[in-house]
Amino acid sequence: MSDGHIIISEEQVAHVARLARLGLDADEQRRLTDQLNTILTYMEQLSEVPTEDVEPTAHVFDLVNVYRADETGRRAGGTSLASQEAALSNAPETEQHFFVVPRIVE
Amino acid sequence: MDYECVIGLEVHAQLLTYSKLFCSCATTFQADPNDQTCPVCLGLPGVLPVLNRQAVELTLRTGLAMQGTVATSNRFARKNYFYPDLPKGYQISQFEEPLIEGGCLNIEIDGTTRQVCLNRIHLEEDAGKSIHGENLADPNKSYVDLNRTGVPLMEIVSAPDLRSPAEARVYLQKLKTVLEYLDVCDGNMEEGSLRCDANVSLRPVGTETLGTRTEIKNLNSFRNVQQAIAYEMERQRGVLENGASVVQETRLFDAARGVTLPMRSKEEAHDYRYFPEPDLVPLQIEPEWIERVRQSIPELPDARRQRFVSQYGLPAYDADVLVASRAMADYFEATVELFPQPKIVSNWVMGDFLRELNQAHHRPDEAPVSPTRLAELLRLIDEGTISGKIAKTVFEDMYRTGKGAGDIVAEQGLVQMSDSDALREVIEQVLAGHPEQLAAYRAGKEKLLGFFVGQTMKATQGKANPAMVNTLLRQLLQ
Ligand SMILES: [Zn+2]
Repeated sequence: MSDGHIIISEEQVAHVARLARLGLDADEQRRLTDQLNTILTYMEQLSEVPTEDVEPTAHVFDLVNVYRADETGRRAGGTSLASQEAALSNAPETEQHFFVVPRIVE
Repeated sequence: MDYECVIGLEVHAQLLTYSKLFCSCATTFQADPNDQTCPVCLGLPGVLPVLNRQAVELTLRTGLAMQGTVATSNRFARKNYFYPDLPKGYQISQFEEPLIEGGCLNIEIDGTTRQVCLNRIHLEEDAGKSIHGENLADPNKSYVDLNRTGVPLMEIVSAPDLRSPAEARVYLQKLKTVLEYLDVCDGNMEEGSLRCDANVSLRPVGTETLGTRTEIKNLNSFRNVQQAIAYEMERQRGVLENGASVVQETRLFDAARGVTLPMRSKEEAHDYRYFPEPDLVPLQIEPEWIERVRQSIPELPDARRQRFVSQYGLPAYDADVLVASRAMADYFEATVELFPQPKIVSNWVMGDFLRELNQAHHRPDEAPVSPTRLAELLRLIDEGTISGKIAKTVFEDMYRTGKGAGDIVAEQGLVQMSDSDALREVIEQVLAGHPEQLAAYRAGKEKLLGFFVGQTMKATQGKANPAMVNTLLRQLLQ
C-alpha cells in the first residue's frame, strides 16, 4: 500500500484495463491500483521542477522535418518489404492469403 | 416546433501517392491480399515510420487552395483503439496540431453562392480491410487484408455549416471536383478513395446552441449521403417531438433499407487516449515550400467556369456542366483549340459525347473519339460536306469503331448532296409523287412544307443539304 495518496482510482484502473482489453480480477485490480498510485506519487516529484521557461517537448531529439521520397520498393530505403509469405508467416491462421480472426461484426 | 438541421461532414480522401504514408509499400490495390505490406505497416516491433513528403505536399496544396492556414509547426499523434485491421493497436493521425487550420469552400445552392467553412485538414494513415464471414469463407471468422494499412488519407473536416441533406450533397460533390482539379485524390467513392461521415443534429429554428448530434458512418455515394441525413433528420425530429432526447452515438447507414442504425457499443470506444507520436519528429513547414505549393495550384472549377463564360461566350449552364469534371473541361478546351466555335463544341460535348461516355462508362480521356477526331467531324459539318443530322450517326460510328470521321463518310458515301440541279430533280420527283399534298399546300396549308422537306431528305437518305432543300422547295412551290 502506498502512503494513501490517491491519484488514480480503482474505477479509472478498471476503465484503462478495459480499453487495453486486459481482464483483471478484483484482486489484481486492487493490487494494480495500489502499485500505480505508488508509481504516480513517486513521479509527482517531477512537478516540483520549475518548468515555466521550458518549451513543451513531445520528442527527445532536437530534430524536425524528416521525410522520405514518394517511392515504392526496397531501393527507397528505410524499410525492407516483406514478401506476402513472410507477412503471413507469423499468423496463427490464414485463408486465401488473408489473416483469419474471430468474426468481428454480426 | 420547427427544427433546423445542422450538418458537418468529415471527408477522408485517399491521397494520390505511389507509396504509403510511412513506408515504401505501393498503394495500388490490384494486388493479392497482404501482398503490399512490410514490417512498418504490419506493425511489427522495432520498426520506425518515415513520413512521405509528397503526402504533406498534397495536403498543403489542398489546404492552400481552400484558403486554409498552414500550421507552421505541427506533429503526429497516436489514436489508440483495438481492431483487427489496425495491427499496431493505434492509428498515426494528427490531433491537436493539424497541418491545415480553417479554410472554406464555396457551393452553389438554389442559384446562390454559399461559403462553407472548414475546421481543419489533417493527415493520417488508413486501416486495413476486413471481409466478414461467409462473404469469403467461414461465417464465424473475419478475414483481414493489410494492403490498405498505412495508405495516406487526408481528413477534411467542415464546420457545422450545412443546413439540409441537399446542401451536404452539393458540398461533397463540389469537394470531390476540387480534389480532382488539384490532382490530390481520384474521388472514387465506390472504391473508397473518398469516404464521408456526417454529424447531424437538430435545433429549434432561431436558436444558436447546437443540439446533441449523431455521427453517421458508411456513406459511400452522394445519394447515400443525402438519403442518410434526410432519414436521420426525421428520426431525430420524431425523438424530440416525443419529448425524448437524442442520444449521442455513432450510427451506420443501411443503404438497402434506407435507414440509420446504432453501431453496436462494443465497436465504440470513444476514448482514444491521443498522445504525441514518439516515433515521428515534428514538422516545421518552411515558408518557401508553402510559397512553391501556392504557385503550383491549378485553375479551380469556379475560376474555370467564369473563364468559360467570358473567354468562350458560353451560357452559364454549359460552363457549369463542362467544368464539373476536370477531364471534361480539358476535353472541351482541347477541341475548341482545333475547332474554334465554342458553342458548337459545347453542344456536342454535352450532348452526343456525354451520352456515349455514360453508356460506355468511360472517362473523357478514355473515349475512342479524341478531341482531334471530334474537331475533324465538326469541320466536315462546317464545310457542308455532311449534314448535321448525318454527323450524329457518323459520331456514333466513330465512337463504336474508333475510326476517323473522314473515313466513315467516305466508306459509307455520306457526303452531303449540295448539287442544286440534282436536288431540284429530286424535289420535282417528290412533288410529282404527292399531288394531293401539293394541291393542299397551294390551297394555303403551308405547314406541309415540313412534309416535303422530310420526303426529300428521305429520298436522299438524309444526305441532302437541308438549307438548300428549303430554298429550292420554296422556289418550286411558288
Ligand atoms: Zn509497408
